[in-house]
Amino acid sequence: MTTTEFTNSDPFSGSYDTTDGTVYNLGGGDWDSIAAAPEGENERIVVNMGPQHPSTHGVLRMILELEGETVVQARCGIGFLHTGIEKNMEFRTWVQGVTYVTRMDYLAPMFNETAYCLSVERLLGIEDQIPERANVIRVMMMELNRVSSHLVALATGGMELGALTAMIFGFRERELVLDIFEMVSGLRMNSAYIRPGGVAQDLPSGAEEKIRETVVLLRKRLKDTSDLLVDNTIWMGRTVGVGYLDLTGCMALGITGPILRSTGLPHDLRKSAPYCGYENYEFNVPTQKTSDAYGRFLIRIAEMHESLNIVDQCLDRLVPGPIMIADKKIAWPSQLSVGSDGQGNSPEHIQEIMSESMEALIHHFKLVTEGFSVPAGQAYVPIESPRGELGAHVVSTGGTRPYRVHFRDPSFNNLQAVSAMSEGSMIADVIAAVASIDPVMGGVDR
Amino acid sequence: MSEFPVVPDGLAAIDLVGVRKGAFGSQGSGDTSGFGGLVAPIVMPGASIPPFGGWCDEVAEELALSLVDAGVSGAVEKIVIDRGEMTFYVAPENLIAFMTECRDEPALRFEMCTSVSGVHFPQDTNRELHIVYALLSITHNRRIRVEVSIPDSDRHLPSLVALYPSVDWHERETWDFFGIIFDGHPALTRIQMPDDWVGHPQRKDYPLGGIPVEYKGASIPAPDHRRSYN
Repeated sequence: MTTTEFTNSDPFSGSYDTTDGTVYNLGGGDWDSIAAAPEGENERIVVNMGPQHPSTHGVLRMILELEGETVVQARCGIGFLHTGIEKNMEFRTWVQGVTYVTRMDYLAPMFNETAYCLSVERLLGIEDQIPERANVIRVMMMELNRVSSHLVALATGGMELGALTAMIFGFRERELVLDIFEMVSGLRMNSAYIRPGGVAQDLPSGAEEKIRETVVLLRKRLKDTSDLLVDNTIWMGRTVGVGYLDLTGCMALGITGPILRSTGLPHDLRKSAPYCGYENYEFNVPTQKTSDAYGRFLIRIAEMHESLNIVDQCLDRLVPGPIMIADKKIAWPSQLSVGSDGQGNSPEHIQEIMSESMEALIHHFKLVTEGFSVPAGQAYVPIESPRGELGAHVVSTGGTRPYRVHFRDPSFNNLQAVSAMSEGSMIADVIAAVASIDPVMGGVDR
Repeated sequence: MSEFPVVPDGLAAIDLVGVRKGAFGSQGSGDTSGFGGLVAPIVMPGASIPPFGGWCDEVAEELALSLVDAGVSGAVEKIVIDRGEMTFYVAPENLIAFMTECRDEPALRFEMCTSVSGVHFPQDTNRELHIVYALLSITHNRRIRVEVSIPDSDRHLPSLVALYPSVDWHERETWDFFGIIFDGHPALTRIQMPDDWVGHPQRKDYPLGGIPVEYKGASIPAPDHRRSYN
């Protein structure tokens, strides 16, 4: 134990002087005694990165043990965004649940809604009765959402590595997709658009043309982003060989999504267990063999182009028809339409329930306040979200509210790979590794 | 409960997990509608009878054979095929042996345990806590669910981290939310709730919380105290 003499005494401190352990002088002037400390002693330091660190990708806390700049141990602390969504859903109707799940992984709301609705529909036994048009719209919304989610992954990942132009480009392009969401569902995010039995409302007039134009524009703009980064020496220097996790590691840690595909395994639930009619679309599953952050970046770029191809096919498959299941015991009774104040129920529906049909009013009231009952049982329908396997384990006991909903969120699972990816690397590579996992803390903490 | 002998086709028995009473959620509020006196059983899909159809028979047979080879008997309590999903109900003491066979047997090859979830059935005496594992075989493109029930009075279950490292956080979450102690877990600490939190929030005896909202003089109760349908 070495104790350094105080050279500059603190005029505001009390008279108590610490005598335990090593004492460092804030006033400086004790460099000689620090430099003279034996080699190896106190070299390992613990750095707490986050939760309020701009490059930890949301409120992620990382506890890093460092030797110099080398990470010896990396641990994640999560839970800062826990909002008890799963618990809250047990006190709401099945349809209201959509409004909650859409807020989990806030960059992929359409996927959360679809995962939940597919499980509820399986419990209801109505999987075959979903109208074709509803399925096509679901696929289209999901693929547009995949583009916007990957764009944010590139944008924030780019920002974290210092590529600010990539950030500006990514968010600029994402706005185009969010404009479509706003036009179709009324909300840019958290839209609660996909409902058990179909979708909330039909595409407004002009939406198809707008989507077509946006796809053309996105293709052009995506090229800007990939031109900027794909062969960029600095970008490659920061990502090639960084965040390495091979197939064995992915299997052991249950990793899915672009991280798994960057090891060369073309595992995509849209191909292996199609839902919403994905078997009818032609698309490729991009893979890389590099198992690193650069490979995941390339996969995300390629997936965006595949998604745009799927959106094109969706537009060709769109034929007029119902967008909600025909079963009146499940289908939401009213359609929304834009009133003079910019929102509201359709005037025809209000006219019917308020002055024409008492039974229609009762039906509306029962379905909206009480909701429908779902037969007892459990279901788990996984889908391929931008980050990997997303699924809702939904348990019903036959009531009008979920008994238990548990989301298997890919970010939650994939974050476990931070230790494997970054231990032994430089501290700067931790940022690149986390960015390549692309965790969304809303989904991790729920 | 024998007055509810509703056994759907293809099921050997029903699985009663509780009883639902009343129709409006509120208790003791002078409900004169008569719906408050309703009593209905909560029946989950019961055991299925072979043949199950599809690949399910193959999985069931391979599992039975490999469990015999491993010298384990009585591991599978029942098999439920419901809505196209296969669920094995496994005795807690045989969970490790069962999962080992699922992972290692080449004909099964469930490489991934994608999620762990808990469900709390307070009325299911001595089987109050159900733990649900989702297994995925990418090799064979199959999915099964493994369910284990343990009594609330002895909330211990062997940890699967040594077998499937991916369940590390999932088990921590299940401990956090349901208070299930996974024996052998390397660091079973809370993960979503703060470290010093008291109670396990996803249990049914844990209130939702929330405070009444006052609006223009009227008071609207918190969601779990509102009159609602069940």
